[in-house]
Amino acid sequence: MIDEIDRIAADATTRAEAAATLEDWRALDVELNGKKSTLGGFKRRLGELDPDERRTVGAALNRAQEQVRAALAARRAELDAAARHAQLAAERLDLTELRPPHQAGHLHLVTQTMERLEDVFVGMGFTVAEGPEVEDDWHNFTALNLPAHHPARDMQDTFFVELGELGDVVMRTHTSPVQIRVMETEPPPIYSVMPGRVYRQETADATHLAVFHQIEGLVVDRGITFAHLAGTIDTFTKAYFGEGFSSRLRPSYFPFTEPSAEFDIQRPDGSWLELGGCGMVNPNVLRNCGLDPEEWSGFAFGFGLDRLAGMRHGVPDLREIMSVDIRFLAQF
Amino acid sequence: MKVLLSWLREFAPFDGDPEHLGELLSDLGLAVEEMQTVGEGLDGVVVARILDIRAIDGADKIRLVDVDPGDGEARQIVCGAANIAVGDTVPLATIGAVLPGGFEIARRKMRGQESAGMLCSARELGFGADHAGILQLDGALQPGTPLREALGIEPDVLYDLEVNPNRPDAMSVAGVARDLAARMGLPFTLPSPRVTRTGEPADAVATIELADPDLCGRFQARVLRNVTVGQSPQWLANRLTQLGMRPINALVDISNYVMLELGQPNHPYDLALVPGGGFRVRRGRDGEALTTLDDVERRVSVDDLLICGADDTPIGIAGVMGGASCEISASTTDVLLEMAWFRPMAISRTSRRLGLRTEASARFDKGCDPEVIDLAADRFCQLAAEICGATTAPGAVDVRGELPDRSPVRVRTARVNAVLGTDLDAPTVAGHLESIGFTTTPVGADHDVVVPSWRYDSSAEIDIIEEVARLHGYSRIAPEPLPSSRTGRLTERQLERRALRRAMVGMGLAEAMPLPFLAPGELTRCGLPDVGISLANPLVADESVLRTSLLPGLVQAVAHNATRRQLGVGLFEIGHVFRPPPADQLLPDERECLAAIRAGLDAEGAVAAWQVVADTLAVADATVVNAEVSGLHPTRSGLIVVAGEAVGELGEIDPEVLARHDIGERVAWLQVDLTRLLALPHGDRPYRLVSRFPSSDIDLAFDVADPVPVTAVEATVRTAAADLLDSLQLFDVFRGAPVGEGRRSLAFSLRLQAPDRTLTDDEVQGVRQAVIAAVEQAHDAKLR
Repeated sequence: MIDEIDRIAADATTRAEAAATLEDWRALDVELNGKKSTLGGFKRRLGELDPDERRTVGAALNRAQEQVRAALAARRAELDAAARHAQLAAERLDLTELRPPHQAGHLHLVTQTMERLEDVFVGMGFTVAEGPEVEDDWHNFTALNLPAHHPARDMQDTFFVELGELGDVVMRTHTSPVQIRVMETEPPPIYSVMPGRVYRQETADATHLAVFHQIEGLVVDRGITFAHLAGTIDTFTKAYFGEGFSSRLRPSYFPFTEPSAEFDIQRPDGSWLELGGCGMVNPNVLRNCGLDPEEWSGFAFGFGLDRLAGMRHGVPDLREIMSVDIRFLAQF
Repeated sequence: MKVLLSWLREFAPFDGDPEHLGELLSDLGLAVEEMQTVGEGLDGVVVARILDIRAIDGADKIRLVDVDPGDGEARQIVCGAANIAVGDTVPLATIGAVLPGGFEIARRKMRGQESAGMLCSARELGFGADHAGILQLDGALQPGTPLREALGIEPDVLYDLEVNPNRPDAMSVAGVARDLAARMGLPFTLPSPRVTRTGEPADAVATIELADPDLCGRFQARVLRNVTVGQSPQWLANRLTQLGMRPINALVDISNYVMLELGQPNHPYDLALVPGGGFRVRRGRDGEALTTLDDVERRVSVDDLLICGADDTPIGIAGVMGGASCEISASTTDVLLEMAWFRPMAISRTSRRLGLRTEASARFDKGCDPEVIDLAADRFCQLAAEICGATTAPGAVDVRGELPDRSPVRVRTARVNAVLGTDLDAPTVAGHLESIGFTTTPVGADHDVVVPSWRYDSSAEIDIIEEVARLHGYSRIAPEPLPSSRTGRLTERQLERRALRRAMVGMGLAEAMPLPFLAPGELTRCGLPDVGISLANPLVADESVLRTSLLPGLVQAVAHNATRRQLGVGLFEIGHVFRPPPADQLLPDERECLAAIRAGLDAEGAVAAWQVVADTLAVADATVVNAEVSGLHPTRSGLIVVAGEAVGELGEIDPEVLARHDIGERVAWLQVDLTRLLALPHGDRPYRLVSRFPSSDIDLAFDVADPVPVTAVEATVRTAAADLLDSLQLFDVFRGAPVGEGRRSLAFSLRLQAPDRTLTDDEVQGVRQAVIAAVEQAHDAKLR
């Protein structure tokens, strides 16, 4: 009987190993491993044997069933693997063929520069203030110590807007009117930068634009000195340009600051970049904003940022910065 | 402002490296824009006299010139200039000479004729721009004299300085020298001209009447007689040329020389031609006109100051330009000299109004020195005597009007240090100020300071502190960190703007910054109301109207790209738009808008962009309402409504607008008024429990009439399903049989879920019935 069991087991194993499809395998699993299988029949008949025989035949039977199950399991694993392979092969994709329609867009060059600058100043403890681009004479000129007919108004070619009397309303020529608006509305101490778009009535060329962007800073507090101005410019220079850069101040003239200075940045190779203007807020400006210059003092600084934006990427002609051509915009 | 180092040296003993002097000038606030060495490279150029001029056979442009270069051996030169005659004295560059610019003279042959050198123009010799012909030299010069010696040209350094409006004193060679000498601790000396006076006194000859003393602070006249008006001597012509002025005649050149040297513009009149033999200084009258020296007729106004003859006939525009009627000429023998101080604001206004900026107005409008007039007049008379043989009448006619107040200004030493962050003591402050002519009187620890007459700009304590800073040196003020630590941050609005920009970039859009100025008619071309505010003085007419919407700029940007075969472009912009001011406001209604434009996409592209905006800002209660919107496709456009307020528009650009811009694609459009939207409630994102319990889905399809917006049906569904509704999805829209004409099927999927339990079948059925009943009742809808 044991021989017969071994023979049945060997035969079942061979058949399990030969199952060609998952379907065949399932049928075999029922036939060879189920309750109605041949080996299962032997098991039911074990009770008919005497105890000694029952023990040896029982053991043989268990061995045989184990052998058949193992064979089926092994074959199942092989069939599963084959099926997975077939499916993966069928699903093969060449990723180099794929061109999805969706790509990341692009922040404008000027925005990127403006945000970098804002971040540097926020890191230095400044807030960011904003104001309108169309301004009245008071905020753009008069309050900034540039009364009517002041010759220094010629320094800023102005677009006049057809509202009110000619000269009442202008496209702001600088971001400085935001200083006035901040001082008129917020009590000091003030530590703010004002980025924004400004307008000059002059024909654009490779280094000048009629519509461009500036950022300027204003500090008003007790005990602020020219030394603090120099220190702030230097801190900014190193924070924005890098540790190898330094700054210097040269006497200059702006109606809204006194003493006034130009500030230049020295690159690590020793060359200079004339960046912007700065100075101590003129006492007249403080007075125009209702602040007592004996109690409060401050400084202001400002510079154009389109040139910085262009320099970062080597744009040779500033006029290109205002291009709406996607082949330009998508470069940055 | 150009200055020559040799001229500066007449006032103070400047030596040392010219480069270093330039750095000091820059550090004093007189930025050196250009520094160049002049008067070099003239070795081998000599004075020569023309002996003969002969034609060359077959050549009409060049001739043979025989010259005597002083060594007794005539040379033959081939020359193309027409302004030469036998007997002329001219510069000859001999063989081997190297001209400025590195041009070396070699033996050459032209038309078979040998040329032993070259006759030179002023420009070829490196001084002046004159290239009209060969430079004519003084006939008295000995042939063979090296040209540099003959012209008195020394190698020199020319500085071109940028002079700020607050430095009237630096508009003269003497003024620049004063500043530099002070910084270097060198003695500074002004010239002290000696003038011999003879004849009838000036005040017996001429009169001055100041009708408007508010505009003219001082007016002095001198009388010079026996003047011979010839060419200027070479040294004087050289200096004018090098500083960029053209020599005209000796008397005019002297006038310019005095202005350049001392900063005092002045005007010599032919005395014989001055009507009434004196001056009357008054405002212009409306309708009055006169012809200026440049032969242009100028209309004047009551804001302009005129110099008139004693009989009231205008003979010059004060401080700007003299009239043609009394011009100095070769026949002039007697001269009436004007030296005056005019109110800067008046000169600035006139010069600007006439569009006429002259060397004189550039000085007067910054503020000249009313007290240098005596010295300048003496200097003029001295030079006129030396050069033109003039005799000077004794005395002067001198009238004073209103001059700037020069009362002492209290300068507090503590204030100086408080502004500058320095620790200067009172004597140091005084020392700096005294070095540039400010007078100081100690008052305790402070000083009373009298500002010198040449510093019109300086009148307040802070002006004087600036001078201390300048002389002390900005570079010597040690940078200090800001005193207290503060916290910097962006405002919510600034953070939201940044988030919006990044969300738009995430959608694949590129940020554009079109010009905010439009051509007249462009708003109409874009289907928008023609209410744009205009610029009074645009650079070009095509950029003269302020945009009222971001639409025209971005449509033009799409068109720009389309004509360059860049289709399907997606752009966004955050920028200001300007609408007419509301009543009782001067400034326009200026708003910040966000716009997205997506070529090649239909309105769904606009809705998608809006969803991203709404999500980014967490806008509550936003709905899209179908509506006709200016500039947009009439049946594919709508408004965005938040809390009952329209805050934006979306859809597609009107096909007519696209056609006008030659755009062949559909173009999706979104514009949101950020000023308005960000003022409405948004950004609130309260925590909502994510339920652990299973959810149940119900799908419902309704047959709904076309005019009923889906948003309205959705609102009904939400209300009816109430708290158990987790999410609502419109998953199918179907038109056509069996759905009736003018109607469509809307299929919604509702996911129901409770935070605290598994829903029972009864609950789910209850919601289902409630939703069906509500939708059917509210919207003339039928469950399908």
